[in-house]
Formats: sequence, C-alpha cells, structure tokens
Amino acid sequence: MSLRRTPLFESHQSLGARLVDFGGWEMPVQYTSILKEHAAVRTAAGLFDVSHMGVFEVTGSDAEAALQALVPNNIARLKDHGGLYTQLCQADGGVIDDLLIFRWSAERYWLIVNAGNREVDFAWVEQHLSSYQSSLQSLADHTGILALQGPRAESLLQRLLDQHKLRSTSPLDTLRPFHLTAIEGAIDFVVSRSGYTGEDGFELYVPYAHLVGLWTDLLSLGEAEGLVPVGLGARDTLRLEAAMPLYGHELNRHITPLEAGLGWSVKLGTDTLPQPDFVGKAALLAQKQAPLPQQRIGFVMPDSRRAPREGYPLFMEDTEVGVVTSGSLSPTLGYPIGMGYLKAPYYDQETPITLEIRGQRYPVERITLPFYRRKS
Amino acid sequence: MTQYYYTKTHECFSVEGDIATLSITPHAVDQLGEITYVELPKVGTELTAKASFGEIESVKTVSELYAPLSGTVTEINTALDSEPERVNEDPLTQGWMIKLKMSQPEELESCLSEADYQAYLDASA
Repeated sequence: MSLRRTPLFESHQSLGARLVDFGGWEMPVQYTSILKEHAAVRTAAGLFDVSHMGVFEVTGSDAEAALQALVPNNIARLKDHGGLYTQLCQADGGVIDDLLIFRWSAERYWLIVNAGNREVDFAWVEQHLSSYQSSLQSLADHTGILALQGPRAESLLQRLLDQHKLRSTSPLDTLRPFHLTAIEGAIDFVVSRSGYTGEDGFELYVPYAHLVGLWTDLLSLGEAEGLVPVGLGARDTLRLEAAMPLYGHELNRHITPLEAGLGWSVKLGTDTLPQPDFVGKAALLAQKQAPLPQQRIGFVMPDSRRAPREGYPLFMEDTEVGVVTSGSLSPTLGYPIGMGYLKAPYYDQETPITLEIRGQRYPVERITLPFYRRKS
Repeated sequence: MTQYYYTKTHECFSVEGDIATLSITPHAVDQLGEITYVELPKVGTELTAKASFGEIESVKTVSELYAPLSGTVTEINTALDSEPERVNEDPLTQGWMIKLKMSQPEELESCLSEADYQAYLDASA
C-alpha cells in the first residue's frame, strides 16, 4: 500500500526533510536535527505539519447529548469556542483514541483525532451517533493542520494575520488555552490555542488550498526570530518531556485513562453533580473503587548514557514489575527520561527500580510527571 | 583512495593487512540522526560474522551493530565515549568504532562493494 501524503509533502522535500512512514503517512521525522528543532520550540518557535491528524465535525440538535454519552469528560460544561481533552473508550474502559473536542455551538462540535486512528474513530463515533439527531462528517480530506509552538508563537501568528490583513474573532492575546477562534478575511481558517509540546502555541486548521501558502509565509516571516520547521522526531521528545501520552505507547485498548494517570479528564460524577452515562463509565467507576491493575509512571536516569526504550522491562530486585512505553534522551534536561507502567501492587512500593537493557540492569529514579514544565 | 567494504546491515570497513577498521555507513548515520552513545566490545573480544557486537543510540532510536567479519577486537575508538557525535561528523575516519584482526579473511568475498551497496540502497529506497 502506498503511503499517504499531506499537501505539504513537496515543501518537506524541498526543505531537505528525512521522511518516514508514520501510521501510513509519509511524514518528516526531522529537517536538520531533532536536538536543534527541539531547542527551537523551547526557546523560540517551531512549525509542524500535522495534517495527517483527523478533524471531524458533529452537528445536529442532539450533538451535545450524543458526545456526552460517548466520552468520559464533561461536554456539557463547554462554552462556545471552548474545548477539552478526552478519550474514546470501549465499554471495558480501554482507550480507542485520545482527542480534543471543541464546541462551536451546542449543535456543532469539532473532534481532533490521531492520524493512525482516523478511520477506526470515525466508524466508532458514527455508530454511537446513530441513535441521536446528529450527523458526523470528516473534514480531514480537505483540512490541513499546522502547529505553531513555542514562546514566540503568538507574536508570529499575529504577524501572519497582520501581513494578510486577517481578523481573528477573538484577539490572539486573550485567546485562552483550549479555545478556538475563527480567522476571517482573504483567507478563512480556524485557530486553537493548543498543542503537543508543553509550550504555548496554536494549531491552525487550514483549507488545503491555503496550506502551502500559510506554511511558507510563516516560515519566512519567522526565520529571523528563530522559527524553524520541526519534524515528528522532536514532536515526540517535546511531548515526552511534557509527559503527554502518545497513543500506541502510553495509551491503547488495554489501558484505561485512570491507569494512564488521566483521571483529571474522567468525570464520573458526584452526588451533587451527576455525570450522564458514557461508554465505559461502569467499568471506570468499578476501577476507581479498587486498586488499579497498573499505573503510568515517569522516571529519569541522570547518570546513564543509555536511554530507556519502549518494551524494556522494569524490575524491583529480581521481579519484573513493569515495562517502558516511551523513552529518550531528554534534550532539555540532558539525560535520559522515560515513561512506562508499573503493575499493582508495585507502583505503591518504594523499592528501587531498575531497567534492563541488553541483559544489564541500570538504576532509574522515579519522579512525578511531567519532566518539563514551562515557566509562565 | 581507501577502499571500503559494506554490509546490508549498514556497516563498512577498510582493510590493512589482516586488520579491518569498522564504521557505520554515512547512509546509516543519516538515518539514525544524532548519535548519543555507542556501546563497543572490549579489546580481545572474539566476534563472529553477522553476530551483534554492540549498540548505537541516537536521540530517536537504538540499533544493533553487526560484525561483518569474524575475528578479534584489537582496538576500540575510546574517543567515541565522550564524543559520540564524531560518528555524525565523520563516520568513516573520526567516527570509526573498532579494529578487528580477521580470523577468516575469505569472509571478505561475501561483503558488498561500494557499488553493490549503493545498488542495494537504491533498490530498497
């Protein structure tokens, strides 16, 4: 099967990107160097093509109720132009995907889903909407997504709007995290204050016809201020430092959001504030009453030259107690970091943990996530 | 010009007498990105052709190093311990990894020439 490409494929090629297969998409893993691109996002700004991700639109008079019955977070608390992070869960609580949901109005929502799960998610959502007055449409085949991330993201995006004499419905400087605004003028697109790097930043939902133009304009107006294109390699190290889960690593159908430490996004309701039923609620409620079978943890290896990698086993003395799901040298910290899962009851124990690499054990130091938090 | 022999696992080496000096290929370096650590065997280790003898870590991934030839490790590039980036900067000379005293020089015949290796890369691209 041939790989899918975004409209920016040729732009990536001409920038000298190294392209790899990412979930069936031919995407840039790096343009110059993961370390340089990572540093640019932490200190200036970076621009990512994430057009392989999916954008779905749910419309209809039952849109709110339909989504509320589908995800564990509280859709009813959203106001117009607000958004939240949540998951699609199976009945047993296992995660089908994690996603952002934005509310345009009580009758119109956007769902932003992972590239590798676009088709599965669409079918899952469609099936669950069938008993509601609502309809589902994928915008993904004509909408690209750019992520502009880093401390200079806001000023650069403002300059792009000024350059094209575009108007933002909500001024960028007061746009709150997880909120949308419509950009109007000669080019219409949508911006949300969100991202996957641990920095301030925006995601731009752009009609295919304008994608290459905005990408090129942003890169040229930002070049002098340190804006660089950033590939999926640095996207992974950035999100890892910010301890954001990556589907297929920290999340899958055998892991619940509670086990993943995402309980803050799971609303099971209280006596005074009941939560309507949603797919997976009974399983998650039951799980909350008992010790979790496993828990996501973070650890660092300040004295190690070797990085933890997915699949490496974790030990307490001679007992295998868990497994690594993501790991890398942290470009910001300068030493290896990792995330993984510890089984019950070991996650509550303070016995020193070791990591096995090629038959050798290395000590790891458990820490409270995230590894990196930006100064605001 | 130094002649290099290649493997399909992206190692390459030059030969002087019965000593082979091993690197990874510029193509492999390009694929790995920034190298952060190279684990090499000790001097005196006996290597078997096609068996793993070490690992190379980049920011993104970790890969095995495979011996193209059988023999004894006579020297390792200790500079890589503190400066693994030498592999990125200059894989064939500054970034060499080990010197190997060949025990079965006839194994050379099964290694690829530069042209063969290039053809192999082109075919798998």
